[in-house]
Amino acid sequence: MRKNITFPLTKADARTLHAGDMCYASGTLYTARDAAHKRMYESMERGEALPISLKDTVLYYLGPSPAKPGQVIGSAGPTTASRMDKYTPRMLAAGVTGVIGKGKRSKEVRESLKKEGAVYFAAIGGAGALLSKCIKEATVVAYEDLGTEAIRKLRVENLPVVVIMDTEGRDYYEEVESEV
Amino acid sequence: MIREVDTMLITKAVKELCIKATHELSPDMAKALHEAREKETKPLAKEILEQLEENLRIAKRERIPICQDTGMAVLFVEVGQDVHFVGENVGEAIQKGVRAGYEEGYLRKSVVADPLLRENTGDNTPAIIHYELVPGDKVHITFTAKGFGSENMSRICMLKPADGEEGVMEQIVETVRLAGPNACPPLVIGVGLGGDFELAAKMAKHALTLPVTERAAKPHIRRIEEETLRRINALQIGPAGLSGDTTAFALHIETYPTHIAGMPLAVNICCHVNRHESVWI
Repeated sequence: MRKNITFPLTKADARTLHAGDMCYASGTLYTARDAAHKRMYESMERGEALPISLKDTVLYYLGPSPAKPGQVIGSAGPTTASRMDKYTPRMLAAGVTGVIGKGKRSKEVRESLKKEGAVYFAAIGGAGALLSKCIKEATVVAYEDLGTEAIRKLRVENLPVVVIMDTEGRDYYEEVESEV
Repeated sequence: MIREVDTMLITKAVKELCIKATHELSPDMAKALHEAREKETKPLAKEILEQLEENLRIAKRERIPICQDTGMAVLFVEVGQDVHFVGENVGEAIQKGVRAGYEEGYLRKSVVADPLLRENTGDNTPAIIHYELVPGDKVHITFTAKGFGSENMSRICMLKPADGEEGVMEQIVETVRLAGPNACPPLVIGVGLGGDFELAAKMAKHALTLPVTERAAKPHIRRIEEETLRRINALQIGPAGLSGDTTAFALHIETYPTHIAGMPLAVNICCHVNRHESVWI
């Protein structure tokens, strides 16, 4: 199924998405990869406020290359999602409704997505030049000292992503693998 | 006869290699991608391969790196033994080239100074440099920008001699199966077989720099390359791990004599953005 979706992603919209759906996403989301996850997680553990609101938020596991003069952003494809597995259940419990990365994820993440009603999307790894064209605005909003790993607010138009894990606990990678 | 080589030439060449490799795939890699797209039978896989080709076109035309992970710089430097470097330490000249290439090329700085403390060095140095002394009076530099999505899925196995050909093939295929969608397939697989623990790994990395169509000179190794590649593609992991006919474009095995008690095997995985460029100085 091909679907047009809007970010932020409401829980109601998340529930309409199913493993294997090809989606074109428009709207606002935030980048966060290893270091930003670690820092947000540690802030939560200490009971501190976070620099961005996570309610209905979609996180893109992305550390872009620097923008050249005149560009919005540099190359901007997904990084491997499993490195964020440790932090993801906590992010979902705090309101995150979608995450974008690539590759397999743990059983805990899959269960947590189902429990919280959230979705794991994959973008095409290694297609950072192509994906950068979907990003219309990019602004660093937190953790600027982390460089490429800072949290950036992005506005995207028709960002192509595939639903890998849905709110019903399905895993598209696993389904594809078992068909062989 | 001794030939003098100014290290400024090394710095300049390395800088240019960094920028070129991260924006343009070598023609053999681009051709492999194109051929895979023509042959692909699954519609979604074909569409993804088309997008990867479009990605290459955009990268080249608009000077946007092919992938945001512009890698850790790994260089193979072959130095003719009749070369005498003048200027500065050749290692520092190379690091300077990497620093300038990643800065001027707007490439991502992905190196942390300490594996545990993890503070970014800010200029993508230090690069990893492998030197080899060779006959002659020239310097040959091969630069690779190694992405870590695929590096993380690589493995070393200390096989037993009794594991034989079948054991070698099984371990390579298993490494690719475990990598699944994580390593950004379609892949190129570099294999080092023999030597010792670290030489196997170094050969595996070097094997990734070979032209896609190159095959091993020894017939039995060539046969293992072909059969293992066939088994890997039968896994149907496919482009982006969403199923398809092409899981790997190529598999190269480099070998070296080894000890009577061992058969080290290293499998270095590279994604479809297998970036490498070489220059003679």
